[in-house]
Amino acid sequence: MTTLESSTIGDDTVRRGPGRDSKRPPWMEKPNPLTQAVKFVALVIAVALVVVPFWSVLATSIADQQTINASGGGMVMWPNGVDFSSYAAVLGGGVVTRAVLISIGIAVVGTLLSLAATAGLAYWLSRPGALLAKPVLMLVLGAVLFSPGLIPSYLVVKEFNLLDSLWSLILPVLVNAFNVIVMRAFFQELPQELFESAAIDGASEATILFRIVLPLSKAVLAVVGLFYAVAYWNAFFNALLYIQSTDKWPMALVLRTYVVNQTTIGGDQVSGEVLPPQLSL
Amino acid sequence: MLVLMLGLPGAIALLLFHYIPLLGNVIAFQDYQPYLGFSESDWVGLTNFSFLWDGNPEFLNALWNTLILTVIQTVLVFPVPLVLALLLNSLAGERLKRLLQSILYLPHFLSWVIVVALFQQMLGNAGMLNTFLVQHDLPIVHIIGVPELFKGLITSQAIWKDAGWGTIIFLAAISRIDQEQYEAAAVDGANAWQRLINITLPALKGLFILLLILRLGSSLSVGFEQIILQQGPVGLQASEVLDTWVYNNGIIGGNWGVSAAVGLVKGLVGVLLVVGANKLAHAFGERGVYEK
Repeated sequence: MTTLESSTIGDDTVRRGPGRDSKRPPWMEKPNPLTQAVKFVALVIAVALVVVPFWSVLATSIADQQTINASGGGMVMWPNGVDFSSYAAVLGGGVVTRAVLISIGIAVVGTLLSLAATAGLAYWLSRPGALLAKPVLMLVLGAVLFSPGLIPSYLVVKEFNLLDSLWSLILPVLVNAFNVIVMRAFFQELPQELFESAAIDGASEATILFRIVLPLSKAVLAVVGLFYAVAYWNAFFNALLYIQSTDKWPMALVLRTYVVNQTTIGGDQVSGEVLPPQLSL
Repeated sequence: MLVLMLGLPGAIALLLFHYIPLLGNVIAFQDYQPYLGFSESDWVGLTNFSFLWDGNPEFLNALWNTLILTVIQTVLVFPVPLVLALLLNSLAGERLKRLLQSILYLPHFLSWVIVVALFQQMLGNAGMLNTFLVQHDLPIVHIIGVPELFKGLITSQAIWKDAGWGTIIFLAAISRIDQEQYEAAAVDGANAWQRLINITLPALKGLFILLLILRLGSSLSVGFEQIILQQGPVGLQASEVLDTWVYNNGIIGGNWGVSAAVGLVKGLVGVLLVVGANKLAHAFGERGVYEK
């Protein structure tokens, strides 16, 4: 009896130590095991719903044909051995390789241009007393509120002769007004005294921007850059609208043809296998 | 000057690809012919808007599907991130929480093409679920390509893709709630459930309303890419929504004027919904999206 008690007390002191108890503040009651279990199960289910499809695509993509056949021709949960031949087939030239290169090109060029244009515009609007900053800010806010609609956007791209050009995947989405507002807010939070003192020390406008503002804004540049990169990489609908020649198709359109519609482009066979998930990410 | 030079390209891009198309909505009042262009096409007044009163069955079907999906998505999809965020937040370990969060964010970064393909490979007739059922001598379940289940499928895909991502904003708001409130409540004898109901949820109310109003603005745009991708096997009856109707009729069918008119009405309804919901929020003493 005494030993039991002392062990519980000992346990309690351990729990109150800085390591484990920092999770639970002293006023909080001990969690009820039943509710804990329910929460735990719910979260495990949520995570499993995300992880299992990823895992099975990954496993199937490196499994050999034998394992896939043994599983009834469907998906594999556990590949017996590693076989990269489906990657070799997909990346060994042909439609998919070209589409991957196009998608990478669009993502890289588009993200860089978008970041430059967004940062430039946001910096302009963040400077107190900059010329025309007020009306242009209204322009940006209006763009967040009103979307022009599909048909006129298509016709404008057509009028600019951008149809079937890869630029049609970049220029119409070059500047996202919401990202401009996020970045402008970030620039405005920077300590303005820094700019003033730099200006007094003789720094030019360019020096202030490139040696003070941009280095201090790496975080927001990274986040906005990530948003742009994901949008460009996943670009599906604009490509469907604007790009007619299959040899200019980015990854998303090719994936739709192979995986969703289960057909092929120009007789280029990809062995009917699941495309490696890396391509999709 | 440098500031202007660096800023102008972005402003010009917005003008060219956002404001010119906005003006381009004039073709909703024209019998637009691509070879004649904006300036030469005939003006036809409100003829293109006749879908509003003449009961075009295809339009009504698209409208009906859109409204149903809007209701389902607002009721079912919208609160999921909040529940998930509360669950994650009640989890003790900081490191575990962060790991689970990053896993749940993953699907957001996938293109709809991938999401649709993944669902086919999991739930399709030759997918993982049915292969498993066949191997255990159970009957196959048809899920993909069944018109009756289409709306449910669309909804579960939307939840799968963006519920995790949606937790970010709620978790950020939860982390800003004053912890002393919880302590004071606990000292006064409120249990965990009462603290959730009386502290956490009221603290999140403003954000929840804000997001709901913003969502109303785009509520008539239900999963465009997602639906276009899966329309084939399901058929238009079950899957046509306003956005896909505009696309199929305008770009594919060449009815530019009518489609632009539908798009315009849709956009106006969105703006009206935001303004109206905001008024309602003010009437109930909430901040809404913008101040009075």
